[in-house]
Amino acid sequence: MKNRKERIDRGIKARTDDVYAVSGPKEISYILFPRMLLVLGLIISSILANEYWQEVIVSACLIGLLAVSWTLLTSVGLVSLGQALFVASGAYIAGILNYYLNWPIFITIPTGTFVGGAFCTFLLMPVLRLRGIYFSMVTLILPLTIGKVFEALHILGGNDGLSGLGRFTNSTVTCFLAVLATLGCFFGMRRLMATDYGLVFISIGDNDQAAMSGGIDVYSRKNQNVFLAAAVGAFVGAFITHWIGFVGTPAFALDYSILPIASAVVGGIGSQAGAMVGSFIVVPLAEILRTLGGIRMLFYSLALLVFIILLPEGIFKYLERKYHQFERRVKVE
Amino acid sequence: MDVIVYGLVNSMTLALMAVGFSFVFGISQISNFAHGAFYVLGSFIAWGFYSVLGLPYPLVVLFTIISNGLLGAFLFWVVIYRLRGQPILEVIASFSAGIAILEFFRWVGGTGYFFNLPTFFSGSIDIGDVTIDYQRLAICAVAILSVGFLTVFIHHTKIGLACRGMAQDEETALCFGIDSDQVAMISMAIGAALVAVATITITPIGFISIDEGYQVIILSLAVCVVGGLESIFGVMVASLILGFSQTIVTTYIASNLLMIVPLLAILIVLAIKPSGLFGKFKELEERV
Amino acid sequence: MNEGYILQVSQLNKAFWGVIAVFNVSFELKKGDFLGIIGPNGSGKSTLLNLITGFVRPDSGSILYCGREISAKKPHSIANLGIARTFQMAKAFYRMPAYKNIIIPLCSARARQFRGGVYGERDDIAMDLLEEVGFDRSSGVPYKLTSSLPHGYLKRLELARSLALRPDLVVLDELFSGMSMAEVAGTLPILEKLKERGTTLLMVEHRLKELFRVANRVIVLNYGRKVADGSPRDVMEVEAVKEAYLGSE
Repeated sequence: MKNRKERIDRGIKARTDDVYAVSGPKEISYILFPRMLLVLGLIISSILANEYWQEVIVSACLIGLLAVSWTLLTSVGLVSLGQALFVASGAYIAGILNYYLNWPIFITIPTGTFVGGAFCTFLLMPVLRLRGIYFSMVTLILPLTIGKVFEALHILGGNDGLSGLGRFTNSTVTCFLAVLATLGCFFGMRRLMATDYGLVFISIGDNDQAAMSGGIDVYSRKNQNVFLAAAVGAFVGAFITHWIGFVGTPAFALDYSILPIASAVVGGIGSQAGAMVGSFIVVPLAEILRTLGGIRMLFYSLALLVFIILLPEGIFKYLERKYHQFERRVKVE
Repeated sequence: MDVIVYGLVNSMTLALMAVGFSFVFGISQISNFAHGAFYVLGSFIAWGFYSVLGLPYPLVVLFTIISNGLLGAFLFWVVIYRLRGQPILEVIASFSAGIAILEFFRWVGGTGYFFNLPTFFSGSIDIGDVTIDYQRLAICAVAILSVGFLTVFIHHTKIGLACRGMAQDEETALCFGIDSDQVAMISMAIGAALVAVATITITPIGFISIDEGYQVIILSLAVCVVGGLESIFGVMVASLILGFSQTIVTTYIASNLLMIVPLLAILIVLAIKPSGLFGKFKELEERV
Repeated sequence: MNEGYILQVSQLNKAFWGVIAVFNVSFELKKGDFLGIIGPNGSGKSTLLNLITGFVRPDSGSILYCGREISAKKPHSIANLGIARTFQMAKAFYRMPAYKNIIIPLCSARARQFRGGVYGERDDIAMDLLEEVGFDRSSGVPYKLTSSLPHGYLKRLELARSLALRPDLVVLDELFSGMSMAEVAGTLPILEKLKERGTTLLMVEHRLKELFRVANRVIVLNYGRKVADGSPRDVMEVEAVKEAYLGSE
């Protein structure tokens, strides 16, 4: 008598999929629980944490944002190997405005976000006409080479950069701002991908020729997608500039490109929630491993490799499945 | 005069670095962002055979090339094979494999002048009023041999044709009895072996450097973007352009501006002819 | 001069790296025509369709759509002008439920002219279109993930997607290939209805019996050249056509 595993949606999942979602407290809490966990979890931990762990939370939030931006690009089929490009753009623009023009933080950050996003989009426009692999190649090369050029020509301070820039009031404020921005962006992105506008992105990633024959200007949409992703990345850069009060060639670091990918892979490629979950696993873990010396990059890349090969659906998908479905052994008929 | 000679040497160095990458990535169309890592890996293997095991140098060369090739095939089986057909994952996986290898060597302490490889022949020769050492001449010779070998291989051997067929249309290749997984594995092995040849020839000039690994992948990518992904001839031409530009810039403008050349070259190529000088320009639509 | 001609193709040429795909092909389509394009494999039929719909640029020649030159336009522009197409290998969006495939063309610039294209409204329009091509609204099939649908369904999905643009010219590339007899029989009435509504159709097909039932005109291609042009009956009598399919004695 052989058995097989069977997966069935939980009763409560079936109920909440439809209009019965608001039929009772149990159903409502089933839907709200994961979201509340995220929102309240972040807010409460930023209040309770000490300064050291607040910084970790900020890091995790920022990397989470970069991972969300990265995931947005994958929806149209683009793989960015250089989120650092977006980070550096926003970082430098905010830094320059603050250093040379003395603009206040609450203006430099939005400006850095939009101008940085626009600049990166403009830079990447020609590549979007070609096969997707060119985007990966160029995003890999650009931050690494531009960083080296800044270093060599001592542009904008080179490695020493611009320092003494405006900073957030204290680490709790920083933490709150980071959490708020992250939650806003995360839920906003999810909303966006659920609309028809986001659906068109997914269609381009699936089969851009079919989208073209459906009257969609694929090139224009890709540019819009890149702008959104680049703006999020630039925001992260601008935020970091005013968090540490400094901007320099470290803004081009490979870390900013690898960490988001590692987060997305660990959490689950293709979903914004996976990206967030992943970053809140990877970043604190990397913090703990900081004591072991220069093992950070090795750790990220190995984690990436292991997850891509062994658990490509990612942790979030696994958790989601457990939450929505139950398994049991059933006799094979 | 010396600009011409050094420029030529520089170009040949670039070509030698890039040719393996162009074969795997351009011809066989397998994402191989671990190329730079294999360059460094090859040099450490050679160092191990030579300095630790004390083997005679010709054997070291042979064993290194074979080992690198085997490791390339190994990387394919462990990583790429499982992700065939999912280009997003292939790119990420080979990229992180490359970084993992490089950072591993950095972590175990593979930095310093201590790690170096011996030159083929010592001594130098005078061309005009320029002194050029034999090792650099060897680079030129080996580069030309490699490119020649690859051109012949791609166009005249069964496996070479299989690689191209697989890249153009995998399903059709399968119908012809070409086992695309085997062919892909062989491609990666050959690419790794070629980069082993490159590292054995080039590294003796300096010493083994992990940052060189990152340089190699950046320069190889630049050469392919400028020259066109599908063309070995493009690799040669692009190497010459980039090599001479780099030499001119470092000689006459500033010595630390080395990396500005590939950057500018890429930006210019993207603005004017995005698919590269000899790339077969296919607009996105024309893949029907 | 151009009255009534919805499509005018003249002296169209395309070669791929020395291999001639289309050679000096010319023909005209009047509004409401149902033109069939037939020919042995490799005769350039798909290339011709790709040229008309903008996926391939011609080496020389012109394509006029309602008097406008479209040979240099991009596929999405041509689609927004009113030419819809299906592909030989059904191209579907696999990561979403079947009915959402139809929503994509409803997000195009053209759709905004016709339907207002308000978010939420599109779902209903998509379901209506699916019903038109024979999907059962209540069966749950429209909600299934596209990657799980069999080939025949995907072809009908393609057809629905092309109709979502409310096109004036529908270009079909081997629509019936891979469909069962029942599915073909179910699809023919849809094409007839389109004909009645005044939509012009251009159809590449291998299944001649079914094609001849609906087409009022047929063009035969062989080695990239047009060898016959006329009603289905007349064309099958032409010597060159018999040669093309059966080979010469």
